[in-house]
Amino acid sequence: MADATTAGELLAPRRRFPVLRRLARHRSFRIGFVIVVVLTLAAIFAPLISSFDPTSMRARIRFRPPQAAYWFGTDNFGRDVFTRCLYGARLSLTIGLGVAVLSGLVGTAAGIISAQFRQLDAMIMRLMDGLMAFPAIILAIGLAAAMGPNIGSLIVALSVAYIPRTARIVRASALVVRELEFVDAARVSGASSLRIIWKHLLPNCMGPLLVQLTFVFAYAILAEAALSFLGIGPPPPAPSWGNIIAEGRDQAVDSWWIMFFPGLAISLATLGMNLLGDGLRDVLDPRLKVET
Amino acid sequence: MSAPIVSARGLVKDFPAGPDRTLRAVDNVSFDIAAGETLGLVGESGSGKSTTGRMLVGLIPATSGEVSLFGQTVTGRGGDARLATVRNRLQFVFQDPNGSLNPRMRVRDAIAEPLDIKGDVARADRAARVAELLDMVGLPAASADRYPHEFSGGQRQRIGIARALALRPEFIVCDEPVSALDVSMQAQIVNLLLDLQERFGLGYLFIAHDLAVVRSMSRNVAVMYAGSIVEIASRQALYAAPQHPYTQALLDVVPRPDPDRVRKPALAGEVPSMLNRPAGCAFAMRCPRAEARCRVETPALRDIAAGHRAACHLV
Amino acid sequence: MSAPLLSVRDLTVQFRTDAGWLTAVEQVGFELGAQETLGIVGESGSGKSVTALSILGLHAASTTRIPTGAIAYAGQDLLKLPDRAMRRIRGGEIAMIFQDPMSSLNPVLTVADQISETLMLHQGLDRKTARNRAIGLLDMVRIADAAHRVDAYPHQLSGGMRQRVMIAIAIACRPKLLIADEPTTALDVTIQAQILDLLRELQTELGMSVILISHDLGVIAEFARRVLVMYAGRVVEAAPSRALFRQPMHPYTSGLLAAIPPLNHDVTRLSTIPGSIPDPGRRIPGCRFSPRCTEAQTECREQAPDLVSVGDDHFARCPPRLHRMRPV
Ligand SMILES: Nc1ncnc2c1ncn2[C@@H]1O[C@H](COP(=O)(O)OP(=O)(O)OP(=O)(O)O)[C@@H](O)[C@H]1O
Ligand SMILES: Nc1ncnc2c1ncn2[C@@H]1O[C@H](COP(=O)(O)OP(=O)(O)OP(=O)(O)O)[C@@H](O)[C@H]1O
Ligand code: SF4
Ligand SMILES: [Mg+2]
Ligand SMILES: [Mg+2]
Repeated sequence: MADATTAGELLAPRRRFPVLRRLARHRSFRIGFVIVVVLTLAAIFAPLISSFDPTSMRARIRFRPPQAAYWFGTDNFGRDVFTRCLYGARLSLTIGLGVAVLSGLVGTAAGIISAQFRQLDAMIMRLMDGLMAFPAIILAIGLAAAMGPNIGSLIVALSVAYIPRTARIVRASALVVRELEFVDAARVSGASSLRIIWKHLLPNCMGPLLVQLTFVFAYAILAEAALSFLGIGPPPPAPSWGNIIAEGRDQAVDSWWIMFFPGLAISLATLGMNLLGDGLRDVLDPRLKVET
Repeated sequence: MSAPIVSARGLVKDFPAGPDRTLRAVDNVSFDIAAGETLGLVGESGSGKSTTGRMLVGLIPATSGEVSLFGQTVTGRGGDARLATVRNRLQFVFQDPNGSLNPRMRVRDAIAEPLDIKGDVARADRAARVAELLDMVGLPAASADRYPHEFSGGQRQRIGIARALALRPEFIVCDEPVSALDVSMQAQIVNLLLDLQERFGLGYLFIAHDLAVVRSMSRNVAVMYAGSIVEIASRQALYAAPQHPYTQALLDVVPRPDPDRVRKPALAGEVPSMLNRPAGCAFAMRCPRAEARCRVETPALRDIAAGHRAACHLV
Repeated sequence: MSAPLLSVRDLTVQFRTDAGWLTAVEQVGFELGAQETLGIVGESGSGKSVTALSILGLHAASTTRIPTGAIAYAGQDLLKLPDRAMRRIRGGEIAMIFQDPMSSLNPVLTVADQISETLMLHQGLDRKTARNRAIGLLDMVRIADAAHRVDAYPHQLSGGMRQRVMIAIAIACRPKLLIADEPTTALDVTIQAQILDLLRELQTELGMSVILISHDLGVIAEFARRVLVMYAGRVVEAAPSRALFRQPMHPYTSGLLAAIPPLNHDVTRLSTIPGSIPDPGRRIPGCRFSPRCTEAQTECREQAPDLVSVGDDHFARCPPRLHRMRPV
């Protein structure tokens, strides 16, 4: 073709951070981003937002419904539910994010390795089946016994529970992608397995992976409640959304607000992460036009 | 013919097909391709064309038989190491204009992939080479910044060709590069491949199922049926005097843009299943000339004239 | 020609897309007599399938609009027919077969079930009679061992067999018109020849009219008596087959014919049409083909040409060619 373009033209600085620009224009990403940032800030600055102490008990004001002084009402020990939800965000968001990241990393690695190195597939997948069958609670108890009941052991225990699912999802999409001709094209040119994984398999498995991780985030927050209840992980009275709900269970009918507001917080956080994940998925896929 | 750059000898490929069963996709295929020449490979779907092309460049291992590339035997013991030494001299162009490019990679990175894999290319050289390659295949330089989905099928095929040319190969397997394209795009891509061949002295294995397209591309043509080559000859000989009944039947039924032509009646039956190959000649059950021995004895591919081989008892 | 069986006039079809209404087919018109064969040829995206689906009213109502046009069939306008009446015509008097026989067949039903379904729906046959008719139909489409094959599932059949089953379903109610949209595109040449032979025989046996859609000029030349050439949603040329292939009157038709690789002689290069088919959304002023046309004049780029008569029953949309033929 006649219009010869010089190399200089091609080297002209490309717009930087194209992904960030596209993210900024993505409508659901923006909404999700705002939700997650607001929740995170609320968790960090909890002491500035509320003057109550999340754990001190006042028998005089038990079971107050939501009102001007106690926005979300008070619980059976007279603690302010709003304040507890604020402080609870610290624990719950850390656990949700921690589990999503840890199980995402390990699960993706296991899934991709299974798909690319077929000789390891049977072994890795057997291992995953084993993990899946192993009750997360028992594992969590074991870890808590070994590492002490803290957030760390809780995150590890829950991650282990979600790794097999994530691995299966990544493996399934990688198996489809690796049959596509562009992978063969790379192999004809002598591409190493590492390059095929990094340049071809991973980017094309991103969509299902991100969707899965937003689910993991939500499940982990809920599961933490169950485990807290059994005394694994950071023990009450330190609040988390999960254990506020767990503690309010007995008064669900009469004092609905004790469960309702932390439940709302979990839904909101999940929604935020979901929108964030959708945004990332869309923006990382150049075929999709970004909704603005 | 000068010394071949590519030669296949007795290539066989078996795929596992359920417990204790194998599917012989390619059976005893041999041919040579000289520098700067094209061997056309035609056949119906499932006849083993792609499998043959893939074995040639090491995308799948051969079950048995031998492949030599530029004088190196790349099959058998130590084959992989020898393949690595000639890897940069071979390339592959794929059929599916959608599947052959990573949707998440910019055209620039797709085209430069062979350079990146080889390493040792400076950034500025890489950009210059990408621009040069785009120009070679008739795409504007600005295409480099875009993604594959922004291009039509024909343009994507050009991108795939540019990628194949990146390391200045001497031999390219083209696996049905025009089969998914419309007539007007098909003609453009055929011409592009011919231009590039003339310019760089490329050798091609050109796979297609359209006999007319193969004629326009090839110096020699091989016809495959059920995993084996049934006839191989120079294009003049093959089209002017086809010897194998299957080649003759194929030429008889190709639709042509001529309303006055009276086509011969269609060949009855279908390609036999590769899982239960019949005894004898694989074409016998459809062959209008089949005799008793055709159903018993497998015909060998043998010379019937200089450079013309056919596998039929009756020729 | 006697009163035509089907007459399509001035058909324009638009689809709702993200970028507004997209005109897929514009002012398409043709007539088809009883037992005639019409070929529609054009490259991908030219509007062949959209035209065919309009005849059967198969576009999704919510995203489609048909601002102009009439499709007259047996004294009624199919575009205005209520749904119920249209359903009776579809699969009954007018039948259609598609390119991909696998996705048009239901994978979990046997061949017998799928053929019987049509028969029970349109002809009110009971299951047993329908099954026997199904076997008869498989015989008709030359499937050997029909009584046995009728119980097969689609995946147990080869591509050619599946297309035969599709044809059996299509002719089950003895349609007056069969629309075949790229019926052989997915098949090998030898199987393609079998299917084309079968269609021709059935056409004579049943006295059907056939519209054959293909992007392969060879298939069209072999099969059709009359041919429409479509480009970017419009008919650019319409002519009896022989005239079209011997004296194409539109530069696009000439270009397409020239681009077909020859089978009987060698060439050093193929003849090409420069450029590529336009993006569906792009509006091209004047003649849609003008950006790629080597014969284009200023007038071509300014005003969309009409389809005018250039010979005996031969129409084309190209003013420069017309001027050359009849100097003003
Ligand atoms: N990876 C595989 N595993 C099992 N069988 C395979 C595999 N690849 C190909 N086959 C089988 O080998 C035979 C030959 O396939 P091949 O793809 O080489 O045919 P082809 O001539 O290229 O056909 P087409 O025109 O459809 O591309 C077919 O029966 C096919 O089903
Ligand atoms: N339901 C739809 N919604 C939006 N656009 C459509 C729809 N159906 C078809 N189109 C567009 O209309 C145009 C004509 O399509 P059509 O399917 O008729 O082409 P065709 O000639 O049959 O091509 P092919 O040879 O690829 O089958 C195309 O640009 C297509 O993208
Ligand atoms: S009208 Fe003009 S542009 Fe269109 S085909 Fe004819 S000469 Fe070409
Ligand atoms: Mg193939
Ligand atoms: Mg179509």
